[in-house]
Amino acid sequence: MIWVSWSQFWEMGGYGLYVWGSMGVTAACMAFESWQARLARSQLLAQLLAENEGNL
Amino acid sequence: MNILRANFLFHYAGPQAFYGLAGRLWPWCAALAAVFGLWGLWLGFMVAPADAQQGEGYRIIFVHVPASWMSMVIYMAMAFWSVLGLTFNTRLSGMMTRALAPTGAMFAFLSLWTGALWGKPMWGAWWVWDARLTSELILFFLYLGYIALTSAIDDQRRGDRAGALIAIVGAINVPIIYFSVKWWNTLHQGASVSLTKSPSMAQVMLWGMLLMALCFWLYTIALVLYRVRTTILHRESHTAWVRAIAQEAA
Repeated sequence: MIWVSWSQFWEMGGYGLYVWGSMGVTAACMAFESWQARLARSQLLAQLLAENEGNL
Repeated sequence: MNILRANFLFHYAGPQAFYGLAGRLWPWCAALAAVFGLWGLWLGFMVAPADAQQGEGYRIIFVHVPASWMSMVIYMAMAFWSVLGLTFNTRLSGMMTRALAPTGAMFAFLSLWTGALWGKPMWGAWWVWDARLTSELILFFLYLGYIALTSAIDDQRRGDRAGALIAIVGAINVPIIYFSVKWWNTLHQGASVSLTKSPSMAQVMLWGMLLMALCFWLYTIALVLYRVRTTILHRESHTAWVRAIAQEAA
């Protein structure tokens, strides 16, 4: 292990804002995109089902 | 043999067959993306030492380079599907191109974002109008243009064809981005990894970065397959098999 403590890990040698700003936004974008894809699918399935029932 | 192989490919170019194939593939890609991502982050943050010149600040590389690679790879994939779509008039091609675009735009944005956060401490500027940065910004705008154009055209197949043209014409920008650090004098450093010479990075840093790149590849494949399934259901919603799926899901 290269870190002595957690606070040293979060500080990133003074570059904490830049490093975690990069990692955090990347993770947030990927999480948001995945959530949005799931939402789009479930909304479409609900819509298709409603149309199906309308046709019966 | 060739005829057999071609038949196999055309079989999966049909939306219904591809829907099933994509459904079987995406969970594996997502799981592998998670494994490679955790492994890459472990190497990048827990094993790799600080850089001699940039201290701990260089660790931005573990997302910056993979995100930038994916922004270019995804655009080339869109151009590839567009050529197929215009040549064979396959329905799947337009759907694949559309499914790729949002993820490509996201990676282009992340490339610019992480680049700004890296530029500020190392160069003293969030942004410079340098060839590498400017051509990546153009790539981001090409993605946005593709998305805006295709969603503005109501006729889906016409939208697919118009989008295919942007994807193919815009692809000329990708080699410009890649070679910009060679062709022009730029502030941006040259390639850390290339096919022609051995990498200018320490082994463990390189492995961390390559694992993150693999993670982003698999994430992209998983997400695009997932998204194209939704598009297929939407476009084929008049068919019996899609109605059956909607009924099953309820």
